[in-house]
Amino acid sequence: MPAFLVRRLAGLIATLLGATVVVFVVLEILPGDPALVMLGVTADDATLAALRTEMGLDRPAVVRYLDWVAGLVTGDLGTSQTYGVPVAGLVGERIAVSLPLALIALTLAAALGIPLGVVAAANHGRPADAAVIGAAQIGVAMPNFWLAILLILLFAVELRWVPAGGFAGWEAGAGEALRSLALPAVALALPQAAILARVTRAAVLDQFGHDHIRTARAKGLSRTAALIGHAVPNALIPVVTILGLQFSFLIAGTIIIENVFYLPGLGRLVVQAIAQRDLIVLKTLVVLLAGAVVVVSFLVDLAYAGLDPRVRLAAAAPGGAA
Amino acid sequence: MSGVVRRALRSPAILIGGTLAGATLVATLVSLVWTPWPATAIDIAAKLQGPSAAHLLGTDPFGRDVLSMLMVGARTSVVVALVAVALGAGVGVPLGLAAAAIGGLIDDLISRLADFVFAFPVLLSAVMVTAVLGPGAVNAIIAIGLFNIPVFARVARAGALAIRQRDFIAAARLAGKGEAAIAYQHILPNIAALLVVQVTIQFALAILAEASLSYLGLGVQPPAPSWGKMLNDAQTYMFLQPWLAVFPGLAIALTVLGINLLGDGLSDLLDPQLRRAV
Repeated sequence: MPAFLVRRLAGLIATLLGATVVVFVVLEILPGDPALVMLGVTADDATLAALRTEMGLDRPAVVRYLDWVAGLVTGDLGTSQTYGVPVAGLVGERIAVSLPLALIALTLAAALGIPLGVVAAANHGRPADAAVIGAAQIGVAMPNFWLAILLILLFAVELRWVPAGGFAGWEAGAGEALRSLALPAVALALPQAAILARVTRAAVLDQFGHDHIRTARAKGLSRTAALIGHAVPNALIPVVTILGLQFSFLIAGTIIIENVFYLPGLGRLVVQAIAQRDLIVLKTLVVLLAGAVVVVSFLVDLAYAGLDPRVRLAAAAPGGAA
Repeated sequence: MSGVVRRALRSPAILIGGTLAGATLVATLVSLVWTPWPATAIDIAAKLQGPSAAHLLGTDPFGRDVLSMLMVGARTSVVVALVAVALGAGVGVPLGLAAAAIGGLIDDLISRLADFVFAFPVLLSAVMVTAVLGPGAVNAIIAIGLFNIPVFARVARAGALAIRQRDFIAAARLAGKGEAAIAYQHILPNIAALLVVQVTIQFALAILAEASLSYLGLGVQPPAPSWGKMLNDAQTYMFLQPWLAVFPGLAIALTVLGINLLGDGLSDLLDPQLRRAV
């Protein structure tokens, strides 16, 4: 296990560092003069010079890069050009919206998708199965932002149950805040639930073909007992992997869904930073979001190894691919 | 071959999927020569109308014909998705074949590179490309295409590794063929079915990604119509004209559904084993 852990940890750090290099090169080296990009061609020389000094553009790129990475580690992320406040504070504020949104959506997707997949597999070839497959096909095909707009039309415009957008803030009480996150979370979760239902169904059906299920049935276990006791726990291994992969889609999803609902989260901040050409905020945000994807996939790998001893053994063996 | 065609015509997934995806393709082609109204012609007097005989799917806030805009928008979606997937497959498949053929350090390097690209979801890559190049269709193509490269590299690598175990590859090697010739003449035709199915999956995802980017204003720029941008406009006016939010979304969902069904049908048809492998 330690060898496996060390290998994966080294990979994690290498990927994270790689991500910072790519983001730095794309957002600070490729544009030529980042100060000019941020202020536009109409900016006067004095303002440009002031921003160049503030961003430390007079120093060599390598020094700037190392400085930035050190800042990422210590939490000193510089000052936003647009908002005039420390980026760290800005990010902290926005995470308080994005993280709960992503977690609620992920929980909702799992709570809906996994049981539906199990039900479909248990009723293989029957109408319940066909209904789940059909619903999942539609769920996968629907763009989440269109679903979001339709949900707003129904629940906010027609029924007036929830607000059409905006965020009440956690100061307004957890109930109010959760009410503004309800529709966004559903819009994010439903397409993911569709994918999870499909994967779970396939994984459980695959288990039905295995010897251990046949043995359990031969020992007198009912179909349902064999399903719950043996097929589902084993089927959950691939499902956990997909759940981890979905986090990457969820990150992308929050970028768009937060914009549909005007939620002050990280995703909306990314799009605002683009519009305002605030490269200082942008490079930190992109690294944070990519970093979140990498860290979650690392954790999933660990969970995967915890669940399935074969993964650990394969990784420990020379030339093993984990 | 006729047997395959006959089986294809009996597959509901292929028939329904083909019809839906085909409708988008036809709309794209027809839009090149004809649309009911000029897609960018503004007619304020006719703004925000519901469906009628004159405007089958109604008009937008500028009085533009929604059906005409959808037809031209289909062109945007199809072209962006097509080029992005071609880019992904064109670079990714040779990389995957090379990784399988050479192995060792090169294989490790390509696999790590693939892992790395996956850290940047399409929208995040698009955000970076936009920051440098500004928004536009090319930016969408680059962002979606980049993400597709490791997907195709992985599928090609996995398929190639399985095929390379077979005897006929050893025979080809004994006959003196080089690795490149073996990859091109023997491995590629054998993983073609796998790749075709992957193309349909990525094409559907590319249509969704293009729509997301243009919804956020990072894709095709106005006045060129695009499905995502139309939905963004629709949201502003949904209290006045809810119809505006219905048709572009339906166009995206039905196209993606069609391509997905087509992919499912094709994977059943081309190789029954494939379904489990993908």
